[in-house]
Amino acid sequence: MNTDTVAESPHSPANAPTPVVRARSTRLVYRHTLPIRLMHWINVIALSLMFFSGLQIFNASPVLSWGNRTVPGRELLALDARQDPAGHMVGVTRIGQHQFTTTGVLGVSNGSDGVPVARGFPSWLTVPGPNWLAMGRRWHFFFAWVFVLNGLCYIGYALVRRHLQRDLWPTRSDWRGIGRSIWDHVRFKHPQGAEALRYNILQRLAYLIVVFVFGIGIVLMGLAMSPRMDAVLSPLLTLVGGRQSARTIHFIIAWAFVAFLLVHVFEVLISGVFNQLRGMITGYFAIDCDRVDVVEPDPTIAAEERRHD
Amino acid sequence: MTDRRSFLRLAIMGAAGILVAGCDQISQSSWGPKILGKAEGLNRRVQALLSPSSAMAPEYSEADISAVFRANGTTMPTTEAYQALLANQFRDYKLQVDGLVSRPALLSIDDLKKLDTRTQITRHDCVEGWSVIGKWQGTALSAVLDHVGVDPQARFVVFHCFDEMEADTPYYESLGMEEARHPQTLLAYRLNDQALPVPNGAPLRLRIGRQLGYKQAKYLSRIELVHSFDAIADGNGGYWEDQGYEWYAGI
Repeated sequence: MNTDTVAESPHSPANAPTPVVRARSTRLVYRHTLPIRLMHWINVIALSLMFFSGLQIFNASPVLSWGNRTVPGRELLALDARQDPAGHMVGVTRIGQHQFTTTGVLGVSNGSDGVPVARGFPSWLTVPGPNWLAMGRRWHFFFAWVFVLNGLCYIGYALVRRHLQRDLWPTRSDWRGIGRSIWDHVRFKHPQGAEALRYNILQRLAYLIVVFVFGIGIVLMGLAMSPRMDAVLSPLLTLVGGRQSARTIHFIIAWAFVAFLLVHVFEVLISGVFNQLRGMITGYFAIDCDRVDVVEPDPTIAAEERRHD
Repeated sequence: MTDRRSFLRLAIMGAAGILVAGCDQISQSSWGPKILGKAEGLNRRVQALLSPSSAMAPEYSEADISAVFRANGTTMPTTEAYQALLANQFRDYKLQVDGLVSRPALLSIDDLKKLDTRTQITRHDCVEGWSVIGKWQGTALSAVLDHVGVDPQARFVVFHCFDEMEADTPYYESLGMEEARHPQTLLAYRLNDQALPVPNGAPLRLRIGRQLGYKQAKYLSRIELVHSFDAIADGNGGYWEDQGYEWYAGI
């Protein structure tokens, strides 16, 4: 049920005359259950659409401030549009006291008709493409609900099925191996065989931080921007410094998700992209049996213990 | 490997292109915005559960007040009626209160002050994302509602304004009775200890603590109690609502 043997059938006469070296070396293991696969891809859609519509909303006031108020001239980040002496539009990105010319991407970029316009992020990074705050908000809040409900289902499922306790929570030996794991990641060395089925310490920490710090944090910061919710979230608002601080943190976590995504996709690419994609689409992940140096009296039980929900 | 890589690159670019183009198609369709807009009702109901109707918006200290209270939208109404009132420094100004009420009234700013007066320092959050803090003085809307006697049939308070956003399209807004009767819902006539400046809505504007700036109508001319706002303008309960913004602006 949980273990499939690829083309391996020693009792079948058809297989008897030919060597089955390759067949003996890989085994498909049922790694990701259907609910996890579904929730993973729903999350991909919801997070992407929230990111792009979030940049649309950000563009309505392309600055970040700290505290409760927006104080002109004292922004942490500002994507400005200016005119040079020749009358050309110049995009200027201001981070604190530092300024960079970012014409074409930040501050000033081409509109849908190809004419340069003042806008924080370019139209190819926003949903919808043109400036349309009301529609951006609709996309954002719709998929915010998808994200929140999907996330609650994930946390509930991971707790009940002990995915969280078994696969994500680091064990003492995980912590002891952290130096080794960092060194392996730096050299792009990935575990083979049965060891590949187990999340390493850096994976565990990354997933825990993404779910419980980024995921919960970005939702709370979104709620802290809601004037209605602020009637009951005053302590949270005070904790983070104010509504504009919450907006800034919301923005930073959104980009932290992008940073995680880049690392996540990179690791998928270098650790066998088709195998990893098959794992997250069909649930089946191939491992190399030659490298398995443990004795497995019953492969079904062994796989059950190792299975990642 | 190169085949796989170029295939993957093409797949990612294709997917991103389809996603963005698809989203724009959905945004333009007749059904897309309606489905996406379902979140508004959910936001309103869940926020009412999490943040009770009596909960108060945070109030701030004098030190928190913004040096400049940023004005957005109309900053100088051009209608004849408004210009005539402005020429006389609003001495002839009277707020009309009518609709589903037992005693329709015309109230001057002094009449309002006699009904109730209160001061609060609250934050103003624009739908665009920025915030300013100001000190407001005004009359609780609930005092005005009690003064005119609200008919039990009335479900919404509609605010009609002097300013026009486009030709023959006056600004208007509406609130449900619960938000209208909230103690922080004011008809404000003073900002930061000065008479309300024209860019901020002189002589009288709406101030609510728990919704976004566009709900807080400036340049009030008339308050109307209604059972439904379907027959007003495009029927969505406000000028910006008619442009696709949410009627519930609590987030």
